[in-house]
Formats: sequence, structure tokens, C-alpha cells
Amino acid sequence: MSRLQKLVLGRLFLGILTLFIVSALMFIGIELLPGDLAQQILGQSATPETVAAFRAELGLDQPPYVRYLDWLGGVFRGDFGTSLASRRSVADLLGTRLANTMFLAVYAAVIAVPIALTLGLLAALWRNTAFDRGVNLGALSAISMPEFFVAYVLILFLSIRFGLFPTLARIDEASSLGDALYRTFLPALTLILVVVAHMMRMTRAAIINVLAAPYIEMARLKGVPRWRIIVRHALPNALAPIVNVVALNLAYLIVGVVVVEVVFSYPGLGQLLVDAVSSRDFPVVQAVGLFFAAVYITLNVLADVISMISNPRLRHGR
Amino acid sequence: MTNFRTFRTGPSRRGFIAGSAAVGAGLLLPMGARAQSEPKKGGTLRVGFTQGSTSDNLDPATYNNDFMFASGYAVFNTLTEIAPDGTAKPDLAESYEASDDAAVWTFRLRDDADFSDGKTVTAQDVIDSVRHHMGDKSKSGIKPLLEQITDIRADGDKVVIFELAAGNADFPFIFNDYHLGIRQSTGDGIDPQSRIGTGGYVIEAFEPGVRIELLRRDDYWKKGHAHFDKVVILKVGDAAARMNALMTGEVDLIDRPDLKTIDLLGRNPNVKVHTQDGTLHYVMPMHTDTAPFDDVNVRMALKYGIDREQMIETVLRGYGTVGNDQPIARSMPYYNGNLEQIAYDPERAKFHLDKAGLSSLDVTLATADAAFNGAVDASVLYSESAKTANINITVDREPDDGYFSNVWLKKPFCCSYWGGRPTPDLMFSAAYAEGADWNETNWHNERFNDLLLQARAELDQPRRAEMYGEMQKIVKEDGGALIPAFGQYVSAMSTSIAMPEHISEMWDLDSQRFIERWWMA
Repeated sequence: MSRLQKLVLGRLFLGILTLFIVSALMFIGIELLPGDLAQQILGQSATPETVAAFRAELGLDQPPYVRYLDWLGGVFRGDFGTSLASRRSVADLLGTRLANTMFLAVYAAVIAVPIALTLGLLAALWRNTAFDRGVNLGALSAISMPEFFVAYVLILFLSIRFGLFPTLARIDEASSLGDALYRTFLPALTLILVVVAHMMRMTRAAIINVLAAPYIEMARLKGVPRWRIIVRHALPNALAPIVNVVALNLAYLIVGVVVVEVVFSYPGLGQLLVDAVSSRDFPVVQAVGLFFAAVYITLNVLADVISMISNPRLRHGR
Repeated sequence: MTNFRTFRTGPSRRGFIAGSAAVGAGLLLPMGARAQSEPKKGGTLRVGFTQGSTSDNLDPATYNNDFMFASGYAVFNTLTEIAPDGTAKPDLAESYEASDDAAVWTFRLRDDADFSDGKTVTAQDVIDSVRHHMGDKSKSGIKPLLEQITDIRADGDKVVIFELAAGNADFPFIFNDYHLGIRQSTGDGIDPQSRIGTGGYVIEAFEPGVRIELLRRDDYWKKGHAHFDKVVILKVGDAAARMNALMTGEVDLIDRPDLKTIDLLGRNPNVKVHTQDGTLHYVMPMHTDTAPFDDVNVRMALKYGIDREQMIETVLRGYGTVGNDQPIARSMPYYNGNLEQIAYDPERAKFHLDKAGLSSLDVTLATADAAFNGAVDASVLYSESAKTANINITVDREPDDGYFSNVWLKKPFCCSYWGGRPTPDLMFSAAYAEGADWNETNWHNERFNDLLLQARAELDQPRRAEMYGEMQKIVKEDGGALIPAFGQYVSAMSTSIAMPEHISEMWDLDSQRFIERWWMA
């Protein structure tokens, strides 16, 4: 078995183990929160009898470990259960939300990743010039502001002052792909501004780091043009750290956007998770939480595989 | 009455702000609300609501937020509804009458009322819809109110007879409740998830926690109602997002604008701010069976120790009126206007402490913003104003989650709120009567409880008014509820939204029946 296969299999095994631990931790977390679903839904109008009736109907009167094992049994059969609150199947509930979240993440990533890498390369190429400083300043300013603030500033100027884009990202109303892209432009732009800096800075740093190596000096002495040195000689050797940072940011675009969803009223997974936690809807929390964990694990494995492929020493290691 | 702010005068900042908003509106509607045209059909109403959750579903037993209340009223009718003057009037019922002791109520249903699938409404539909909230398995918030019903039976297809354990002259008011929208009988109860209702609108699309789309039924039996062609309610939880959407014209109506930034709405000439006085009130309940609150003088000292005006000015930003430690609002029937208004008076507070044999008082007040928005600030303000009266209040901040399960009714002194009830009887029975599930003050006053039972069955109006007047006085002077303020309902909307001159102020937005009552001018 090749080293690569071993690595992937090993990671997958660890990943599945991690998912179990995550699901158990999430269950304990929800149990520790004050109040259960019956109390949260009934709120001020709860009486002991109605709460008891509600619990009995949903099986919340069972001890916690029984409920967890029940749920786990269902998962092994591929059944993530039904939402306790709305009685809809979790798979059905997640469907459109998942699609929305992925749409926004892909939209932002497709724009942000090439821009970040290009800017990083150019900043390394023209190190310490006005361009380098300008790009750094811009990117760092964008990342230093909390994302809801970036979002409000964009809304103020692009929606309220100039009326270019809608403030509510109503993707459900979109008639075509172009329309969907238009309606979700502001949230996507917010996310782009937030993630570009990290990837751009890492690209620049990794390449500058490699530029100090003797073989780059050799290439330079041979008279290879600067852009060629960077793209042909420096970039392949700087790929590993860049890919890792890109993977982290992609994961963030999927799992960490709840604030942006709230500001633009975008029906994504983050909003679903917040609602599910506040109503203690445990099957939904579990499903969303596991999906988020799986995204992190998968992207990290992918990043490792790519770094390995990009590095001959690792690829052919003994 | 509808309360556009221009009709009030006042030197305060909020008067100016609201005034300027309404001046903007005035450009388009020269005489404000009164000049509005006759209702006309058409248009799409887009609403941005604060509440609404992925956990919402159509089962009326689980309705717990404005999103579901408003949608529920649009799709389903109730037996009665609350008229703008605060009385109950027939809705799905054509008429109703009580026996002489008000213990047997006969409701006659309208002949022309039908469901959206064409079936007419029968007595069995009503019986099953009400029974859905009764019995051991019920998880409905209205269950305690229905416990007085000992028997429901049909008399033919169109008559329903309710027998009550004791007389209740206010019984028809209960049927305005959003829980009691009438569903079709399946022969064995109702299908709680059914979308078939008698209302002016049918559900076109419903995504819980995101949006609901409602289309008008052209054959709606209730003439002169349901004017919008289409209604879309969006959940927009973030206050800034809601206000932005209104400013850019993406929605036509929003509830609960952020009071801190509401003046920004006034800059837009197409937006108007709307307030209703309503029954919403904030309470700091004390357990009257727990020391030191078991001494009426301690309770009075605490009532004199709070600066109500300051709380309204700073916490409610002027959108409220002072409370008088009794829960009956000015807009409600039987309000007792002769009670002296209690005010901040440290000397009187000290006097009562003295009578209780205390030189100073140390109490703990449990609070959380879950009790009402601004409860923590209000509690801190209270503890400052009480210091002058030698009352030391330790503010104990509790988690928002589970507040009403773990703190309310359990801690002897805490914060809570009431959305209010349409009649004194319903309000008193819910929170002040002996043995009530939500008697948040653990208060037992014999005279009060006697009067409550007498007044409930009393059909003679002047006598009733007298009894409710006395009860308000007893609650104020003996009860454990410190009611510092009544809050106003505040909403904001496009100037193109029109409403009748008189609307129901009991709850927000024409008591959440705006969908079938308002129109696009």
C-alpha cells in the first residue's frame, strides 16, 4: 500500500472516530443547557402538565443515554431522525439549507481564492513596493473589522446610498443563476473581504520564505526572469502551507458564516443550527454539527493529500 | 384608537422624531391616517418579522411567536374576534348567547362559512378543534383556560353548546385566541398539520423560520376583509437588517424596530412609525408567601422605591406609560381610572419600611433580558433608585435560556412580562387568582378571589365594573406584582400601507389580524 493510501485510510478512520466524539460532546452540551425542548417551546405558557405531556409525546421523558443510543442506532441505519420541534425529517430539513450554504460558500470561494493567490504572488514579486504595502493594508483592514460591521458598511453604501443590491439575500425568489448571484452578492462580497487577507498573506509569506533558498539564487544567477522564478520554482515548493490555509478558509466559508446569514437574512445552515440549539432540537443540532465536523475533517485530509502530492520527498518517501 | 404620533404633543425627543416621521408621511397622505381611502383590493404585502423559528409548525398547540400568530389568523378563523373597541364579536360564529347564570353557552355557526376545500364549517369541526387543546395529552398553552369546560356538544350541524363548571360572562373572549383557529374534523380529532382553513388566505409556501407565502381566496366568505392579493412574511431576526429592508423598500412592514435607531427611519419620507398602547406590561413579581415579601409594608416600600418615569425614559426610550401595580390597561374594558397613580417616593418607602419594623431592606432581584427586552437595565436602574430609600437590591443576572422554566415562578423576586389578556377576568384568572398555574406572586387574597368568581358570572354591567374596579385597587394595594410600566407596541411601515381608523390595540399590529384587515392604499 502506498504511503498516500495509508495516510488517507488512517485519516478517514480517525475522522469517523472524531465524528463520534463530536456527536457525544454535542449531546452532552445540549443536555447541560438549562431547559429542554418542551420548556423552550411552551415558554412562559408552560404548566407542569403540558410540559409532561409534551415530553411524553417526544420521548424526552427517557433517560439521556437511552435517547442518545436510540439516535445512534438510527444513524447506523442511515436515518438521522426527525426534528423534535417541527416533526419534519432531518434530511428534508437540511436539504435546501445545505444547498444554500454551499451555494454561498462556493460563490465566495470561486472569487476569493484566485484573487488571494494572485495578490499574494504579486505582492511577493513586487515585495516592499507601494503595491505590496497597499494590498497588505487593504486586506488587513478588511479582516480586522468584525464581519457584521463589514456587512453593514456594504449595505449602507451599496444598498441604501446607491441602491445597487438588495439588503435581504432572498435566494428563494431568484429566477435564474444570474439572479441568484445578484441577490447574494453582498453576503458573498462580505465573506470574500473577510477571507482574502489570510490566504493572501500566507501565499506572500510562503513564497518569500522560499525565495531565500540557494536554488532560487542559482536560478537568478542563470538569468531566469523574476516572474518565472516565482511561478516555476518558488510556488511548487511553497504550496503545502498555502493549501492548508486555503482549506481552513474554505471550511470557514461553510461553517462559520452564521453572522453573515443573520445580517442578510440568508436561510443557511448556521441559522438552522442556532434555531435548533435555542429550541434544544437535538437531532437537528447533531446533524448540522456532524456535517460541519465532516467538512473540517474532509478539507483537512484533502489539504494533506495535496501537500503530499506536491512534495516529491513525501510522495516517494521510504 | 390608532396612534400616529403627530396627534400627541410633547416636548420630548421622541415626540419630535415621530413627528418628523409623520410629517414625511403627511406629504403623501395630507391628513394622516384619517384621510385614508376606502379599503381596496390588490397589492403584495411583504412583512419582516423578528420572531419565527425553524421549529415552527402548523399545530396550533405549539404556536409561540408572532410569525405563527399572524399567519394563523390569516389562514384560520376563530369563533370570535376582538373588535377595535375591545369587545368580543362573532367571527366564525354568527351569534352566541349565555344561559342566565352564564354557565351554558350556545354558539351558532355561520351558514356561509366554508373551508378552502369547499366544505362548510360544522359543529363537529369546532368541537374537535377545541378538544385538541384539552385532555391529559394536550401540550397546548391554552389548556388551563379550557379546563372550565365540562362538556361540549353539538346540536345539529351548526350549533355548539359549551357547559362550564361555573358561570363566565367573558367566555366568548377565549375564542379569539390564536390557539383556537378552527380546523376540519377528521372524524377522530383534527389533523394538526392541516393547511385547510376558513381564512381569507391559503398557504402557497411555508418554510419554517424563513418565510410563508399566502394567497388570497377570492371566494372568502367574510366580505370586506382580506384585501392584499398576496402576503409574504419573512423572518428577519436582526433589527438592523429589518430596518434596512424597510428603508430600501424590500419589505413594506416590520415589527419591533430598534428603538435606539428608530429616528433614522424618520429620514425616509416613504416610511412611517406606528405605535399602539396595548396591554403589554412588565412585572416584577414578589412571592407574597415568602419572607420578607409576606409583609405588605415591605411590598409597598418596594413599590415606592422604583423610579418608573426614569425607566420609561431610559429603558423603553419613551415608548411606554407608567404602570400602577395592577395589570388592567387603559384600553381595556372596566379599567379603573380613579386609582391614585403611584410614583417614586423614597420617603414613603422608608415610612413603610418603618411600619414593617425595618431600618433597611436587602433583597435579591433575579433578572434576564429573556423576561423582557431591557429587563437587566431596568433592574440595575431600580437598584440605584431604591438605595435612597434604604433598600439594597442585589441584581442577580440569570441565563436567558430556560428563564421561564427555571427562574420565573421559582425565585421569590424576579422579572417577567405579560402580553395581556382582553378582559380583566382573563388577566386576573391567569396570574392573580388563587390556584392559577401562573400566579406569579403566590398571592391569596380572599376578598379578591370572591370578587373574581362573582364578577365572572355577573351579567349586569355596572355591577361588574364596580367589582373589577375594586379588584384593581386590591391588587395595587395588597398584591405582590410591581408593575412599573406598560410598553407600547412599535412597528414601522411603508406609507402605502393603510388601516381602518380604529384598530384593535390589544396586541401588536391590529392584534396580529392586520393581514385580513389592512390594505395597500
